[in-house]
Amino acid sequence: MTSSSKRQPTWLGKTLAGTFLGLALSFIFVAFFAWYGPGGIDARDKVQFNMWMITPVWLTIFSFSYLFNSAKQAWLVLGSLTVLLYGVFFMLRSAS
Amino acid sequence: MKVRSDILRTYQGVHTWTGIIAGLVLFIGFYAGSLTMFKHEIQQWAAPIQAPKITSSNYDYQTLVDTAINERGEQLAKGFNLDLHTQDAPLSWYIKGNARGMELDKQLNFAHLNADGTLNVSAQTENELADLVDYLHRTAGFIGEIGHDQSGVYILGIACILYFLALVSGVIILLPTLVKTFFALRKEKGPSRFWLDSHNLIGIASLPFHLVIAFTVVVFAFHDFIYGGLAQFYDGKPLFQRPTPAAQSFHIENLPRVDEQVLAAKNYAPGYEPIHIRYSNLNSASPSAVFMMSNNNAVVRGPDTDYLFMNPYTLEVVNSSYPQGEDAVWGNMVASIFSLHFGTYGGDWGRWGYFIMGLLGAFLFYSGNLLWIDKRFKKDPNKRSTLFMARLTIGVCLGSMIAVAFTLVAAKWLPTIVSNTNYATLYSYYAAFFAFVIYSFLKPVQKATTAGFYMLASLCTLMVLSTLLKLASSDVNTLFYSSYMVDIVAAIFAAIFFKMAKRQHQKQATQTIMPAFEQASRV
Repeated sequence: MTSSSKRQPTWLGKTLAGTFLGLALSFIFVAFFAWYGPGGIDARDKVQFNMWMITPVWLTIFSFSYLFNSAKQAWLVLGSLTVLLYGVFFMLRSAS
Repeated sequence: MKVRSDILRTYQGVHTWTGIIAGLVLFIGFYAGSLTMFKHEIQQWAAPIQAPKITSSNYDYQTLVDTAINERGEQLAKGFNLDLHTQDAPLSWYIKGNARGMELDKQLNFAHLNADGTLNVSAQTENELADLVDYLHRTAGFIGEIGHDQSGVYILGIACILYFLALVSGVIILLPTLVKTFFALRKEKGPSRFWLDSHNLIGIASLPFHLVIAFTVVVFAFHDFIYGGLAQFYDGKPLFQRPTPAAQSFHIENLPRVDEQVLAAKNYAPGYEPIHIRYSNLNSASPSAVFMMSNNNAVVRGPDTDYLFMNPYTLEVVNSSYPQGEDAVWGNMVASIFSLHFGTYGGDWGRWGYFIMGLLGAFLFYSGNLLWIDKRFKKDPNKRSTLFMARLTIGVCLGSMIAVAFTLVAAKWLPTIVSNTNYATLYSYYAAFFAFVIYSFLKPVQKATTAGFYMLASLCTLMVLSTLLKLASSDVNTLFYSSYMVDIVAAIFAAIFFKMAKRQHQKQATQTIMPAFEQASRV
């Protein structure tokens, strides 16, 4: 195993992961919150609040995605989380 | 706190590059944003509204509105404004353009009642200075439109994504030394250390403000797209319920009395007073009246006041920025996010607070750029790109401030020359801005910086002198002059800029952070 200090900074792969997977994840987080969070889907004005929350969630994931050891790890972790959450969400939606 | 070194290096890269790419447009966005806190005061300073004085308490709005509807019913049906608080002509309506949108030749009819009860109507070109300041704030001056928004709005939206990354990465690279050096402002270790310490102190101390500004701007710019994305998760449910238009069309002759409408607006929530009503589409099935509601004891969510939307015929409240009732929690949360950006939650103190934080924010970007230039210059004094960035930083930062000060002086004198000042105001901004950018590329960096600060100081002084000159030459009693705060602030800034210019002038090359490029290239 190489020592951590010798590892090259890998910002491009992480940036792409943060941009796209971070955005996909923020939408699905908010989608769960919209349907199954307090108030449910029909609460008055909640759609505006949901819209507002997507950006800060995305930017938070984005800005912390550089903490991954490598770009590959970032894509693997964020990617599998995305697939998992979208799968669960659309299963729940089609079941109800 | 320990952070792994390669992670730290990655974040250093992220901080540097996001900052360098976004810093300059954000600089303009921030200091212009500071000015928007007082844009109406600034416009009143430059072009005071001259209209017959009335007192609002005993004014007969009903007779005024009735007379106007009688005489100009067709015009008023399209929409009109009724100001319930003003000392000036309370009734006005657009005869060219409308309340929304940025046009420079909007014309308004202002109406009031003569002593004998007849209607006095006078047309005026609307002064857009406040809107132009706001436009500069939202677009950083980028012209052109994409869709229904200015292209600059999207540019700032993207810049704010980078800005958010710059904030988080800036905090992370500070973590290892944060506790030790947070309050340290080390002057003795040379100018670059002092600038770095100030940059860090301001950045960390106002971090929550900056995070909020960053993400709200992204939402302001891209909300249409985000709603579009969100709709995919709503199972085909419509995101918004459109209000169904009434079965029959309304007519302006049946408009209920103003005091009935005011009462209905007041009854919606205690403590809120209407100060302004904007009517539109009065001869249609979906008429609307927007009430600007003021409450000194509550958080305000709009840029200026809270809003109430009403059907003026049925007196039914359609919507508001301060929803009431048990299910109002989401609407109120959204409204609070707006107020966090607009700085309208703390009255006048809040406005001054945001004014100062905005300026400190601008300093954050300016100092960030200078630190980058300093660091790269020390590595390689002859790098062309460093010199280019130094010139661009001085040109854009000082240039945009010079342009605003120049425009304000111009806006003060233009009404004596032309009737529509808006075009000249807009052009004078761009002329001054590009003139200084070009100047900063022609002159040595140090010299352009010094000259820029001297120009700023003299333009701010000119603002004050213009006021004095105008007061001396007008026959209005100077005791009634109300815009003195603008002059005081201009005077303070004149002093600050003068001091900076002198400092720059005296300590050239030894004490300032801006490297002496020209000396290096001669060696």
